[in-house]
Amino acid sequence: MKLRLSKTSAVSLGAIGLGLFAGALLMAVTGSNPLAGFWHLFRGGLMNIERFGNSLASSTTLIFTGLSVAFAFKTGLFNIGASGQMLMGGLLASAVGLYVPLARPLLLLAMFLAASVGGGAWGALPGWLKVKFNVHEVVSTIMMNWIAFWTVSYVVPRYLRDVFLETQSRRIPAAASLRTEWLTELFRGSYINLGLVLAIAAVAVVAFLLERTVLGYELKAVGHNKHAAQAAGIDINRRMVASMAIAGALAGLGGFVFYAGYSVNIQIGVLPAQGFDGIAVALLAASSPWGVWAAATFFGILHTGKGFMTAMTGIPPTIADAIIATIIYFAATGVLIENVWDRYSKRHEQRAARRRRVDLEQGVK
Amino acid sequence: MWETIIQITPHAIAFTIPLLIVSLGGLYSERSGVVNIGLEGFMVVGMFAGALTVSLLAPAMQGTAIWAGLLMATLAGAVFALLHAFACVTLNANQVISGTAINMVAGALTTYFARLITGSGNIVIPIAMPRHNLAYLADIPIIGEMLFSRAYASTLLALVILAVSAVLIYRTRFGLRLRACGENPHAADAAGINIYRMRYTAVIISGALASLGGAIFLVTIAGEYNGTAGGLGFLALAALIFGQWKPIGLLGATLFFGLASTIANVSRILPYLAHIPDIVLQTFPYVVTLLALVLFSRSSQAPKALGEPYDKGRR
Repeated sequence: MKLRLSKTSAVSLGAIGLGLFAGALLMAVTGSNPLAGFWHLFRGGLMNIERFGNSLASSTTLIFTGLSVAFAFKTGLFNIGASGQMLMGGLLASAVGLYVPLARPLLLLAMFLAASVGGGAWGALPGWLKVKFNVHEVVSTIMMNWIAFWTVSYVVPRYLRDVFLETQSRRIPAAASLRTEWLTELFRGSYINLGLVLAIAAVAVVAFLLERTVLGYELKAVGHNKHAAQAAGIDINRRMVASMAIAGALAGLGGFVFYAGYSVNIQIGVLPAQGFDGIAVALLAASSPWGVWAAATFFGILHTGKGFMTAMTGIPPTIADAIIATIIYFAATGVLIENVWDRYSKRHEQRAARRRRVDLEQGVK
Repeated sequence: MWETIIQITPHAIAFTIPLLIVSLGGLYSERSGVVNIGLEGFMVVGMFAGALTVSLLAPAMQGTAIWAGLLMATLAGAVFALLHAFACVTLNANQVISGTAINMVAGALTTYFARLITGSGNIVIPIAMPRHNLAYLADIPIIGEMLFSRAYASTLLALVILAVSAVLIYRTRFGLRLRACGENPHAADAAGINIYRMRYTAVIISGALASLGGAIFLVTIAGEYNGTAGGLGFLALAALIFGQWKPIGLLGATLFFGLASTIANVSRILPYLAHIPDIVLQTFPYVVTLLALVLFSRSSQAPKALGEPYDKGRR
């Protein structure tokens, strides 16, 4: 039994390979040793339990934003607004965390709901604009990103501000943080938090929703062929709005786990990069929920390892971002890898056919 | 009131000019049918190339270094645009994903080099573009005072690029072909136009202008490269849509956004604007763009084939 690689995983692996190669090239051109660079990059993300915990903590946010982008992709929609949805989810969750006096489990539940509502609304509006007014979701989600950016810049200094710094919110109380003692201790003081549990649960829920429910089936039908779905009696408009709302809610939860788990407050003047990294995660995963988990973990390791690499080798940490960006580029130009793949597998088949023919002829003799 | 308008106009113009050039860059690409959400990335490339050139040459060339910086930024943008063109035109990739990758590659790559060069990831330029009273133009009553006195030479440059673009797109064979590629590439191909070459040209011009805009933003307002264009590229994209993909529309839209952003910045010190919350003015460009999209949704002037890879086989 031979292990057969599917074409989509070939594209993903090819993109990762090319991204790492581009990173190696960049290191080599600038006079660093790529082998040492990668050794320290991966060691920095994996070498001990604390660092591994930090890698998982970085991956937590990416799982949510990756799921968000992947979910919209399944319905044929491109959610480029995960950053803005993340900000709104994080803003509402932080506000609840700072102002609502509740016992811890209830408080976390309230923050969870607030983040889903904030992100969900920020996703649903572009969905509604699309079905109602034919406004392309790419453009409207970009605009929504910047509206969220300025909303945070307005709200945080006025209502949530830190005592010393106007540019960030107050530290959330321990009861409102997803960090929890046993996890922190288990991973020797890492940033890892309950968000990871939420993220894995979200992967399972999204996988179940897409594979085992009528709604998931209908959403995918809309993504495959809008017109056929409509002819089959699916209300495609409602499904598209639902898809964007769910995608937005997932990204909003990404804000919750980032600002109340990985971080302890929310900064102004930053459009979180995790929203765009989520596009890379979804592309690498070919929109499969379990693939999102794997891809997010890979990027989490890169993000955690880059600081260590810089300390050890002097290679600037942005090499990790350059690698991720290159991976997106090659995932977008998947045709390139697909062509190589097709040519290879065609040659492979021809050779196999020839071998069969030879066997046959020899059998005749 | 009048005093204030006169006072803030030069600031608004200074902000409008880079925005206008970047959105003109977007115009070429999108008129040829290639979506360019990588404008922000091209601006970053332009800011990096500009900052590097200016800081290297300033000791030897003084003021001329600014112009050398703008030139290098334009060239860098043109070269960098090949990445986007290769993905979108040759490989028929998803143009939005390619544009996103452009934005990310631009930020990461230039920051990488900046860190190696300066150690901090920022490149501060030692000199800025000077403000002059532009000859003759500054003497025009009212308009001269508002637009051309104590103005940057880049204002003139932008207006020239605007005029040339308007003529090029509407009055030349090149422009007709460009528009044909974006409206109906199959018909254009049948008429003997090489779609691939046109789109390559358009994307390269687009990258060059967007990077030039980034460099102008650097030498007039920003003063340093720090790995980001602060969302100005996305604002230019909004202006492109709000201006309905027309040169004169872009001028109006960028002026409108430039004024809104300037008012947002100074509203705290102007008594009668102080009661308008910042958030209204700051989100204004994005909200009006969304509103414009809603209002124009029936009669949008967007190029018909925008975002569709050209597939010869489907003719």
